[in-house]
Amino acid sequence: MLKDITIGQFFPGDSAVHKMDARFKLCMTLLFIVMLFMGKHLYSLIFGIVFCVLALVLSKIPFRLIWKSIRVLLPILAVTAVLDIFLIDGGDTVFKWHFIEITSDGVKTALLMVIRILVLLAGTSLLTYTTSPIALTDAIERLLNPLKKIHVPVHAFAMMMTIALRFIPTLLEETDKIMTAQKARGASFSEGNLLQRARSLVPILVPLFVSAFRRAEELATAMECRCYRGDVGRTKMRQLKAAGRDYAAMAVTLILFGTALVVKIIF
Amino acid sequence: MKIRIQAEDLSFHYTDEEDNAISPEILKDLSLTLEAGSFVAVLGANGCGKSTFAKHMNGILIPTGGKMLIGEMDTADERYAYDIRQHVGMVFQNPDNQIVATIVEEDVAFGSENLGVPPEEIRQRVDDALKAVDMYAYRMHAPSQLSGGQKQRVAIAGIIAMRPSCIVLDEPTAMLDPKGRQEIMKTIRMLNQEYGITIVLITHYMEEAVQADRVIVMGDGNVLLDDVPEEVFSHVEEMKQAGLDVPQVTELVYELQKSGVQLDSRIITEEACTKALLELFA
Amino acid sequence: MAVIEVKDLTYRYGIGTPFEKTAVDHVQLTIPTGAYVGIIGHTGSGKSTLIQHLNGLLQPTEGTVMLDGKDIWADKAEMRQVRFRVGLVFQYPEYQIFEETVFRDIAFGPKNMGLSEDEIHARVKEIAGIVGISDDMLEHSPFLLSGGQKRRVAIAGVMAMRPEVLILDEPTAGLDPRGREEILCEIDLYRKKTGATILLVSHSMEDVARHAEHILVMNKGSVFCYDTVQRVFSRAGELQKIGLAVPQITRVCAALRQNGLAIDENIYTVEQAKEQLLKLLRQKGVNRGC
Repeated sequence: MLKDITIGQFFPGDSAVHKMDARFKLCMTLLFIVMLFMGKHLYSLIFGIVFCVLALVLSKIPFRLIWKSIRVLLPILAVTAVLDIFLIDGGDTVFKWHFIEITSDGVKTALLMVIRILVLLAGTSLLTYTTSPIALTDAIERLLNPLKKIHVPVHAFAMMMTIALRFIPTLLEETDKIMTAQKARGASFSEGNLLQRARSLVPILVPLFVSAFRRAEELATAMECRCYRGDVGRTKMRQLKAAGRDYAAMAVTLILFGTALVVKIIF
Repeated sequence: MKIRIQAEDLSFHYTDEEDNAISPEILKDLSLTLEAGSFVAVLGANGCGKSTFAKHMNGILIPTGGKMLIGEMDTADERYAYDIRQHVGMVFQNPDNQIVATIVEEDVAFGSENLGVPPEEIRQRVDDALKAVDMYAYRMHAPSQLSGGQKQRVAIAGIIAMRPSCIVLDEPTAMLDPKGRQEIMKTIRMLNQEYGITIVLITHYMEEAVQADRVIVMGDGNVLLDDVPEEVFSHVEEMKQAGLDVPQVTELVYELQKSGVQLDSRIITEEACTKALLELFA
Repeated sequence: MAVIEVKDLTYRYGIGTPFEKTAVDHVQLTIPTGAYVGIIGHTGSGKSTLIQHLNGLLQPTEGTVMLDGKDIWADKAEMRQVRFRVGLVFQYPEYQIFEETVFRDIAFGPKNMGLSEDEIHARVKEIAGIVGISDDMLEHSPFLLSGGQKRRVAIAGVMAMRPEVLILDEPTAGLDPRGREEILCEIDLYRKKTGATILLVSHSMEDVARHAEHILVMNKGSVFCYDTVQRVFSRAGELQKIGLAVPQITRVCAALRQNGLAIDENIYTVEQAKEQLLKLLRQKGVNRGC
């Protein structure tokens, strides 16, 4: 069950979107998010939707994967939409029954919110689906590079993120193992009141922490043995080189963004 | 580059910030020379100091007494710290805890990146190293998708890419199944024979030590036995006293000798044992 | 009398996904009370999956697991009792240690059984004696012990539930030769004192040969063979064909036999080989030197 989490997962592929420079992808995703939240009207979402659909088609990621990451949040989305519909007043009354009144503004706000979030989820999960975590961390590190001048430990953050990503599957597997082992000693995790249940987590959490510390210590030694000394004198195998397709995609995104901006200012 | 590793009266205990000893003496006046290009197995019961000794070979630990020389470089001299670590690579027991990156080839590149090797050359080194350990087909995999033996080979590739002259492996097969163990032993022998890399293999498995050119048995912070495997394993009683084992064939020969059968005690392989026994009946 | 009976056990996982796999495939198995069975097989041969069925940690996709003639899944409320009766020690069990003192960690299982303080105390003391943990060590923090001692504490934690069936998944992995032999002797001692049935999963043929009485060989989710140690190792050739090693001494004896020496084919310990060879030498009247 712990292994079923797909958010933030990478699906290797060979599409144009996969091959793009992660820095460009990251910037474009940011522009896309701004685009989505810029307008107040339903039609202003069209630019974000166009961007998202284009990217989705080019990435060749099956829609069912996107759906899988969206599905998790559907219940929350539904509840918020229902609240919006019933609680927001304004505009024409669409439906009235006793004290329940649904107005056109309520419906509009709900629709806007639902579509916005759905497209947002689809677009951003597309970023993680098509970009390996390491490329993403790398891109963040390089984009934030200027901050090093004001002594922000950008490299350290990027390294921590890489290691965290690396050890998530290992620690999940370990948690499973420890739970099974304690069950074999008669531990139960679903009996008793809240306090008892919290206490029953101790036999899992203590070994897990001990193991995480041991792993951290061993990893630190191994990194030291491989001459790690922060980013002093460090080079990188993966050179991020922007290609024609990156500039082209960025141009398209900027045009969409510009149009969205103009539309927002004029209307 | 050919580099000789030399320990001169090495002593070590852990110290606190004020240089007070906070552990007993773990290494005691240990002197050893490891010739370039050799394949040395180090045996010893848990707590005999062999891992501590290993960590001295690349300057992760600095001796509290005596000297550790890697070629001409003294590990106590901080200026050489990174040169030494580039020359003497380390592979540890738990393959999971030495892989840093989320993709195999990125991890193999890690050491070379730290050394500041130009990007195109890193690419070349990574590809070569992955091919050498037969993991090239897995270069884009996540470490969590690999078996223990495969992960350990990735760790070895990461060291080879740094172009070391020596690799120290601290119980690299302890957590592996027999198949993974064979893969690692095959890789190690190849690195020694074809690349001329000095191999220091710390292990608990006698059948692995038998494959080395030289076996060092450690006990209580010092060297107990140091010779070719045939000689070392013929000391059956001493080995058992040190908490170690000998190959079954060596034990058989030893037992037969005790019963008065005349046999060469320097037998450590199945082939040699079979041959000697057949001659007995010829 | 059989303590465990496995009938037609199949376990599939990832059902309905492209990753569907059959880990255990129609396994039949009878473990007699008091037996010592060594379980060998490759990683992925299904041996770990199989043993997790024996104390109900995994539920069979098909088939049944019987403990003393009763289906362990017949009454789910009884499952905890099954886990106390069939103790399972996982690989690297020292990584589950969590209590502040050795005593309390060993007492975790017995406490879950709801035993009285006195009973818990008696059991911990008894088991500590079996695995060689001294009285003053019981009050120490388990995290300060050496690797081998931690392993003992963890094994003692399962033994203290005094299971009738004790299953151990590679209890000697990563230890030095002396540590390995000590653990195996402590298991023998537990068996002698309690009459328990022992199932030992191991990659070391030498260890299995020395300590077990029966061997279960798993291959690709099925039982490849299940017989006495002698008879299993007499099929050395077949074992090697599926990529499993046999003890070195067995291989040497096979080579001798191929070269015309009339030595038995089911030799798997140095002791046996020595006796056989001495007997043959006497028959031949070979000069035994001084």
